[in-house]
Amino acid sequence: MSRESPIRTITVAATLCVVCSLMVSAAAVSLRSMQEANKLALMQKEILKAAGIYDESDEASPVSEQFKVIDSKLIDLDTGLEVDDSLINPETYDSLKAANDPEMSVEIPSGQDVAGIGRREKYAFVYFVQNESGDGFSKIILPVYGKGLWSTMYGYLALENDLKTVAGITFYKHGETPGLGGEVDNPDWKQSWVGKQAREIEDGELVPAIHVIKGGVNESSPEAEHQVDALSGATITSNGVENTIDYWLGDHAFKIYLNKRLGTELEAK
Amino acid sequence: MAEAKTKDVLFNPVLKNNPIALQILGICSALAVTTKMETAITMAIAVILVTAVSSASISLIRNFIPSSIRIIVQMTIIASMVILVDQVLQAFMPDISRQLSVFVGLIITNCIVMGRAEGFAMKNGPKMSFLDGVGNGLGYGLILIVVALFRELFGSGKLFGVELLANVKNGGWYQPNGLMLLAPSAFFLIGLFIWGLRTMYPDQVEQEG
Repeated sequence: MSRESPIRTITVAATLCVVCSLMVSAAAVSLRSMQEANKLALMQKEILKAAGIYDESDEASPVSEQFKVIDSKLIDLDTGLEVDDSLINPETYDSLKAANDPEMSVEIPSGQDVAGIGRREKYAFVYFVQNESGDGFSKIILPVYGKGLWSTMYGYLALENDLKTVAGITFYKHGETPGLGGEVDNPDWKQSWVGKQAREIEDGELVPAIHVIKGGVNESSPEAEHQVDALSGATITSNGVENTIDYWLGDHAFKIYLNKRLGTELEAK
Repeated sequence: MAEAKTKDVLFNPVLKNNPIALQILGICSALAVTTKMETAITMAIAVILVTAVSSASISLIRNFIPSSIRIIVQMTIIASMVILVDQVLQAFMPDISRQLSVFVGLIITNCIVMGRAEGFAMKNGPKMSFLDGVGNGLGYGLILIVVALFRELFGSGKLFGVELLANVKNGGWYQPNGLMLLAPSAFFLIGLFIWGLRTMYPDQVEQEG
């Protein structure tokens, strides 16, 4: 049989495909558990970073140790109540997977879908940094995600225990243009969020109130506490960040939980 | 070609026939991953591995590959190797894998790998092809490392993340050169490298006209 015959060609191609795909899938399957562990460590690290308490010096304990100061709770976004462990096992619950599962997610009404994500999970984790006396929390960290220019940006927003002052923001996964929208990772820019008021009182309840503006924030203006400087050359990414926060602090997402939580905090005092 | 000497095959591509400096292949990733030594060295090792192993495997089956589909066969082997390397990096070096991001995947389109497969491995035995792959990977890696050395040292005053030139930000004297962190600086450095190389080996100079 000639080397160039069609049968020979097809046989070589088929054999090659089988061999290569076996190799690739064997690697993918055998390395998956380690990759998952790395992903978990990455998310824990970003949560700590959002809260501004991540210690990356060489002597620091590993991420999983540092993460022990964080308390996580699974909440039902619609009711703002904590979800019982018997309903959902928090150990195995993956909110990102749930957001794509029709059973576990809800469609966002088009008028409210400012973040452009279409659906969101029914249950979401919130994370708390315990305070020093151990009877409450000093910071709360919310997972947020929304569309930028090219990609969905995944990150965390940390608030102080007044539930409106920004304690930190971080994005752990996005595909924005390096040097432009990719500057959402810029530490100076993330730092400019700290201390801003992400929510304000309107008609007797706290609503999202953060604005990413072009041309620099005028610190003397009364609005400055709600304003963050946009990223140069990345209007759509900057708007995406604002919209993401608007959505996740809004009616359809964490607002119900946050306001309930604030109510109980005030009563306790 | 078949009688090429082991030593020549391995070391010629490093300086005399460097894939980046002389063949001007694989420039794009050389710009992107050279802001730090750590990423440059990881990338260099990844490219050496992929070029060597894929050249060797292509050479091994070169007598079975019908010429009508040889490019796609080479591509499939290279792509599988790259995915393997990427998976291993994700599992064992997650931070570096994140910094290299798409560029590990883009080794598939790195002209060096494909060029060596088509130009050398299809005509030579597996052992020689393996060495040729290592040699070309080394040549590529050398440039990456030289460029990264300058970019990290002058761009952030560090090497391997250790501060060598005290930064003004931390009260030192060194004002980092921001240009070094941007892609154009890699062009300048590669240009200077080619200049140096062609002064050393004047026969590399292209004749005008």
